Amino acid sequence: VILVIAEQRDGKLNRAKWETIAAAQQLTSGGMPIKVVVLGPSGGVPQELASADVAEILTADHPALAAYTPDAYTMAVQGIVASASPQPEYVLLPHTYQTRDFAPRLAARMRRAIITDATAVNGMIGSATFTRPMFQGKLAAEVKPTGEAPWFVTFQIGAFRADAVKKGSGAPVTAVPVSIDESRIRQKPEAPFQEAKQAVDLSQAERIVAVGRGIKSQENLPVAEKLAKAMGAELAASRPICDSGWLPMERQIGSSGQTVAPKLYVALGISGAIQHLVGMKGARTIVAINKDADAPIFEVADYGIVGDIFEIAPAIVTELEKA
Amino acid sequence: MNEPDAYALEEALRLREKHGGEVVVCSAGPARVQQVIREALARGADRAIHVEDDGLAAADAFAIAEALAAAMAGESFDLVLTGLQSDDQGHAQTGVVLAERLDIPHSTIIMDVQIADRTMRVKRELEGGWFQWIEMPLPALLTIQSGINQLRYATLKGIMAAKKKEIKKVPSPQATRALEIVTLALPTKSKQTQMIAGSAAEAARELVRRLREEARAL
Repeated sequence: VILVIAEQRDGKLNRAKWETIAAAQQLTSGGMPIKVVVLGPSGGVPQELASADVAEILTADHPALAAYTPDAYTMAVQGIVASASPQPEYVLLPHTYQTRDFAPRLAARMRRAIITDATAVNGMIGSATFTRPMFQGKLAAEVKPTGEAPWFVTFQIGAFRADAVKKGSGAPVTAVPVSIDESRIRQKPEAPFQEAKQAVDLSQAERIVAVGRGIKSQENLPVAEKLAKAMGAELAASRPICDSGWLPMERQIGSSGQTVAPKLYVALGISGAIQHLVGMKGARTIVAINKDADAPIFEVADYGIVGDIFEIAPAIVTELEKA
Repeated sequence: MNEPDAYALEEALRLREKHGGEVVVCSAGPARVQQVIREALARGADRAIHVEDDGLAAADAFAIAEALAAAMAGESFDLVLTGLQSDDQGHAQTGVVLAERLDIPHSTIIMDVQIADRTMRVKRELEGGWFQWIEMPLPALLTIQSGINQLRYATLKGIMAAKKKEIKKVPSPQATRALEIVTLALPTKSKQTQMIAGSAAEAARELVRRLREEARAL
């Protein structure tokens, strides 16, 4: 059995869980049943998931799962994995911030291997290897979990396509018991909040010019602003630029900022850390301009120029103004 | 120094400035790790623990966390800070696994730490611009998000002082390997990238032409 732990918040589906089901379907190739676990108050989520070609949807609800805490989730999932019959070979999760918060602790408690941030599945079940980035995406490692099953694997957001999920004829939904010792939950979470009003909705922008560390200082931002203006694009940035306060947080692209899929995305001096790539690799056309020819951003780019952004960006502006 | 760890160290130094106490830097790795430990001491850490073992150079997060947990067991630290992930292997596991081995609560991707007596409130980053405050008791472990603070750099005085600070060396426990790296290679491209060469003006002209004619993105 392959268990997929689906992430949901307030009964709303997160695109990532479909991606994890797509990964599970590729891993099993029909050879092993897939069961999807939905934790907490789930609203219509189980019924929605039941449309996928999987063996069963398991719902596990408990008052202590209403607001996420790593202690409660670790206990709940450990109980579900341990009492599953037959024992699962793999437990798959989306590599979200929530998974990153509890899955390593769960694997450590169960003393089972965990592979995080996987981007591909290679080979057959039982002997499968998983591809994951190392050195911030500059290298790809093919890794194999050792020791006894179940093995835990988390999948990078966007590595599998949500629309690749094979549909089935309606999987049964079964409630499973959850045991949580509430006296052992040590985190007291407050309600999530947003810092700044999202005045700019970059997800609706047709074109985006984004700047990274290569811009070097705030005084150089007009170089990018002029290019954005000439292209009819919105200005955005990678995380370090917003951390430094050079551009407001609401213009940040990436896992901690906005996810965008514009017609054109121009990355100026952005190396392309995974956290940035997950926010923009859905763009239709990607242009990367960077002085480092080995920068991971070139892996996802349609057009690449290796060179100095302070020479190339103004040259593009000049070219656009000619017409 | 691993960049996320530098922010964790900086946060520890700031908490010491506010609340007193001692900052101890712990690292597990081969002899060359000492260079990073010296840098941490030069920035202001009080003393260090080095789990020295050549075998830890390419160890996975479980082995590193177990080595650190064994070295830290006798110390009864109030607060353990780590970076949220490493720049090399990037498992984003070591801190969380270490919390489990030390049997203390944890929270991850932290952007603010407020300590009051034996409890603290921490600001955890969620996805898509959302945040959340979490209250938890001490002792505890936090993984720190890059950008939480402004880093300080070592002064000449700090570098001189670091030479006199203690680095305690401890042996590594028997490592249990959880992952096996089968191959390590350059990533396969998901896209065919067209590289455009030439002078800035030539490259710009060619890029604009292709964006207009091929990609129809302008």
